Amino acid sequence: MTGLGFVLVTTFLASTVEAIEMVTIVVGVGASRGWRATLTGVGAGFAVLAVVVAVFGLALSAIPIGPLRLIIGALLLVFGLQWFLKGVTRVAARGLAGMQAGHEAEQLEWTGPGFDWTAFVLAFKGIVLEGLEVAFIAVSFGVAANQLGAAALGGVGAVVVVGAIGVAVHPLVTRIPRSLLQLVVGTLLTTFGTFWALEGLGVVWPGSDAAILGLLVFYVATALIYISFERRHALGFAPGRLA
Amino acid sequence: MKLWSWVVGFGRFWYRFIVGDDWTVAAAVAVGLLATAYLNARGVPAWWLIPIVVAVVVGVSLRRASPAETRRA
Repeated sequence: MTGLGFVLVTTFLASTVEAIEMVTIVVGVGASRGWRATLTGVGAGFAVLAVVVAVFGLALSAIPIGPLRLIIGALLLVFGLQWFLKGVTRVAARGLAGMQAGHEAEQLEWTGPGFDWTAFVLAFKGIVLEGLEVAFIAVSFGVAANQLGAAALGGVGAVVVVGAIGVAVHPLVTRIPRSLLQLVVGTLLTTFGTFWALEGLGVVWPGSDAAILGLLVFYVATALIYISFERRHALGFAPGRLA
Repeated sequence: MKLWSWVVGFGRFWYRFIVGDDWTVAAAVAVGLLATAYLNARGVPAWWLIPIVVAVVVGVSLRRASPAETRRA
């Protein structure tokens, strides 16, 4: 493989991890809160990114990403926990039998007056943070190998490819029952929020980015344990009635 | 007056975003992050602390929620 091809593939693969995080948040928020505000947040996020990249150029790596990770991670963590809690409570209260999509009381999509700023902020933050990380990867690899064009192509290509996969799978995501979707999105936001906030504090994760999967497994297990407890509690500690 | 109502709305939005229904969750996360920063600054591996804080605070918050609320949710 040529130097150009090596930089292209390496940047593409490294950026794919960040792009997956970005697209997961956007698809999750869009499917649960509605697409108008979410896509507006996506557009605003990419606009800010374009300005930042245009202004800083190769000096991009001088931007202190640590504080940004800490602030955005902490915000996603506290908000994700709210949905995590509601998801656990709702799934525990209704069980699988009560989780049909379209259930009146399970409406998550924004129906209030005005614009849904919550969906906007969640999507905006996901795009800005992960987009900046993709830009950092492209600049670092590109400058180190003196192949900035190939590195930029790899970074943009990863976002486009993963974004296209997100567009393709979003109809499936919107078919997930509302309660379960809230729990899934809450778990993902809590996972990414934990990872980014601690990275922002300078904590070294065992296994680097692979720690995200470990966190996800831990939070899913936590949710399942509490759902089980809540169902027993709601049914008067009579497990036999769960069937 | 319009500016004031915008400021109030802006503050309310962020309060709901960060604090939500149970202020103890946000407080526990803040304390957990401070403790993590403290341990990390002293060279102690502290990646495990926030996941444990999350697992515990979820349990406490669920216990604090009334049974009626649990059934209504």
